[in-house]
Amino acid sequence: MAENGDPVLRLTGLNKSFGAVHVLHDVDFAVRAGEVMALVGDNGAGKSTLIKCIAGIHPIDSGTIEFDGRQVEIGGPRDAAALGIEVVYQDLALADNLDIVQNMFLGRERRRGIVLDEDSMEQAARETLARLSVRTVKSVRQQVASLSGGQRQTVAIAKAALWESKVVILDEPTAALGVAQTRQVLDLVRRLADTGHAVVLISHNMNDVFEVADRVTALYLGRVAADVKRADVTTGQVVELITAGRSGDLGLAPATAAENI
Amino acid sequence: MSIDKGAAMKLADSDFAADRRPRDVRSALGDYWGRVRSGDLGALPAILGLAGLVVLFTALRPETFLSERNIANLFTQAMPVTILAMGLVFVLLLGEIDLSAGVASGVCGGVMAKLMVDAGQPWYVAVLSAVAAGIVIGTAIGWLVAVVRIPSFVVTLALFLGLQGITLRLIGQGGTVPVHDEVIVALANKNMPVWLGWALAAVTAAGYAVIQLWRWRRQHERGLASKPVQLVVAQVAVVAVALLFGTYVLSLDRAPSPAITLAGVPWGVPLVALLLIVATFVLGRTAYGRHLYAIGGNAEAARRAGINVTRLRMSVFMICSGLAAIAGIFAASRLNSVTPDAGAGNTLLFAVGAAVIGGTSLFGGRGRARDAVLGGLVVASIENGLGLLGAKAYVNFLITGAVLLLAASIDALARRRRASTGR
Repeated sequence: MAENGDPVLRLTGLNKSFGAVHVLHDVDFAVRAGEVMALVGDNGAGKSTLIKCIAGIHPIDSGTIEFDGRQVEIGGPRDAAALGIEVVYQDLALADNLDIVQNMFLGRERRRGIVLDEDSMEQAARETLARLSVRTVKSVRQQVASLSGGQRQTVAIAKAALWESKVVILDEPTAALGVAQTRQVLDLVRRLADTGHAVVLISHNMNDVFEVADRVTALYLGRVAADVKRADVTTGQVVELITAGRSGDLGLAPATAAENI
Repeated sequence: MSIDKGAAMKLADSDFAADRRPRDVRSALGDYWGRVRSGDLGALPAILGLAGLVVLFTALRPETFLSERNIANLFTQAMPVTILAMGLVFVLLLGEIDLSAGVASGVCGGVMAKLMVDAGQPWYVAVLSAVAAGIVIGTAIGWLVAVVRIPSFVVTLALFLGLQGITLRLIGQGGTVPVHDEVIVALANKNMPVWLGWALAAVTAAGYAVIQLWRWRRQHERGLASKPVQLVVAQVAVVAVALLFGTYVLSLDRAPSPAITLAGVPWGVPLVALLLIVATFVLGRTAYGRHLYAIGGNAEAARRAGINVTRLRMSVFMICSGLAAIAGIFAASRLNSVTPDAGAGNTLLFAVGAAVIGGTSLFGGRGRARDAVLGGLVVASIENGLGLLGAKAYVNFLITGAVLLLAASIDALARRRRASTGR
C-alpha cells in the first residue's frame, strides 16, 4: 500500500499522566493516507488514552501533534473533527433512540435556517452507505436500538466516513462480533483505506491485525515498543512485543522493558 | 416490487434501499402493531385512558360529565397541568426530573399577582416578570444540576420546600391575592367569539394538512423513506376532526340560564395550542431538539459528537421553569387569585403523570410535546370526574398517587419490553 508519502497524522514525544500515573511516555506515532495502521498493546498499555488524546478528549501534557505537516493543537472533540479526525469508539458512541441518519449527523446536522434539512441528510447517508457497500441494514430510518452489533459497528464506521475525514480511528471494531459480522467490518476497514483514508485500527485480535493492517505499532506500558511493517513480522513477534515489550532485535531496550515491570 | 425512479436507481441494489419502495397501508399498520407489541406504545395509553375515563365518569355521572359546561370546564382545568407537563417533557427527555416545577408555578403566579395588585403594574409587565422569575429559578436549578452536578432529584426536592417558603413570604400566611386584571382573568374565564374559534380551528387544520402532505410529496419525489400516503391522509383527517369537533362542542351554548348565551373556545386554548406548536417544532425540527434526544439516549455519545451537554442540561430547566411560570399564570386566572399553597400539593404529581401517561419516558430520550396535551386531558378528566363524584380529599390523594404509579409502571414495562425486543 502507500508506504511512501508523508504521514497525515504524526505525534512526537507525547506524554500524558493522570495524577501520579504516567500513562504515555514519549510516544511517537504516525499514520499515512491509504494505510491501515494497527495499534496493539495489552490492557493498560495506553491505547485508549492515546486515541483519546488524538480525539481531543484528554489534553496532552507534552509533545507535538502534526496534521498534514502542520503542527496543531487539539483542544476538544470539535477541533479533532474539524481537522478530519474521526474516532469510532469501542462502546459505540451511538444514541439508541435516534435513527441511522440522525446518528450519522449527530452534532453536525445540516440545516436550512434553523430547520433541520432532513432530506439532504438522508440522501447523504444513503450515498455514504452505498459507497461503502453497506447492504445489511433494512432502512436508514430505523432506530439504532433495532440493529445488531455488526450493523451498529457498520453505522458507526460509516458515520466516520461520511465526513471529509482523513484519519479514521477504530477502537476494537470487531471485539463483540461473530465471524460473519467480523468479516463485514474488516472488509469495510479495508475499503476505508482504499478510498484514501488513513485508518488506525486498535485490536487485540492478531487475525484481524494480520488480515487488514499495513503497519503495526505496539505499545508496551505506555511506550512504543515497535513500529513495523506487517510484512516484516510474524504473529509470534507481535505477541512478544505486546507481552514483553521486545522480541529479538525489535522492541524496547532490555533495561527499559524491565524497569516497567 | 417496484422501485422509485430517479436517485433511487443508483442505489436500488442495496438492501437498505428497501425503505423507499412504496409501502401499502397493510404493511405500515403491521409495522405499527409490531412497534406497539415491542413496547413502543406512543399515544396509545393516553387515548385508551381517556376513552376509559369518559366511559367511566359518564356512567357514574351521566347528567353532568358530558354536559357542554363541564367539557369547557375540563379544557380550562387541563390548561395549567398541560403547560407544566410540557415543560417537564424537556426535563424528562434528558432523564432528569424537576420536582419543583409545581411550586415554581406558584411563586411565579404570586409574583404576577403581587405586581398587579400591590405595585399597580399593567398585566404585561406582571406576566413578563413572572416568566423572568421562572427563568431565574430554572437557571439556578440548571446550574446546580449541570455545572455543580448535584442530582436533579435532590436539587429540585430542596427547591420544592424552599420555593413554598417564598410563596408564603410573598403572599402571607392565610392570605390570598385576588387577580382582577381583565386580560389575565380572560385566559380561563372568557371565550373567543364563536366565529374566531371556527376560523382558528379551520386554519390550524388546513395548515397541518398542507405541511404533512407537502412533506410526503417531497420525500416521495426525492425517493426518501416515507409513509404510505393513505396513512398521511388518515392522520390529517383525525387531527382535523378532533380540532373541529372540539370547536363544535365548545361553540354550543352552555349558559346555565336561557337568558344569556355562553359559547366559544376559551382564550387559553389557542395559547396552549401555540405553545404545543412551538415546542413540537423545537423538539422535532431543530438541531437543539435533536441534541436533547441524543443526550437522553446516550449522553456520552452526545458529548463525543461535540454537543455541549452542560449548556443543554441547564437550558431544559430554564425552559421547564419558564413554562411553569406560564402555568402559574393560567392557574391564577382560573382561580381568580393566588394562594400561599399555589402549585403545592398534587400539582406536580399531576403534571409528571400527564407527561408520562402521554408517552414521555422517565428514563430519558423519549417524549414529545403532544404527550403533555394528551396526558393533560387524561389527568384533568380524573380531577374533574372526582370533583363531580364529590370524592373526599383522602381519596383524591390515593388516586393521584395510584395514577402516577400506574403510568410509571407502564413506562418501565414498555422500556423492558423494548430492551428485550431490541428497540
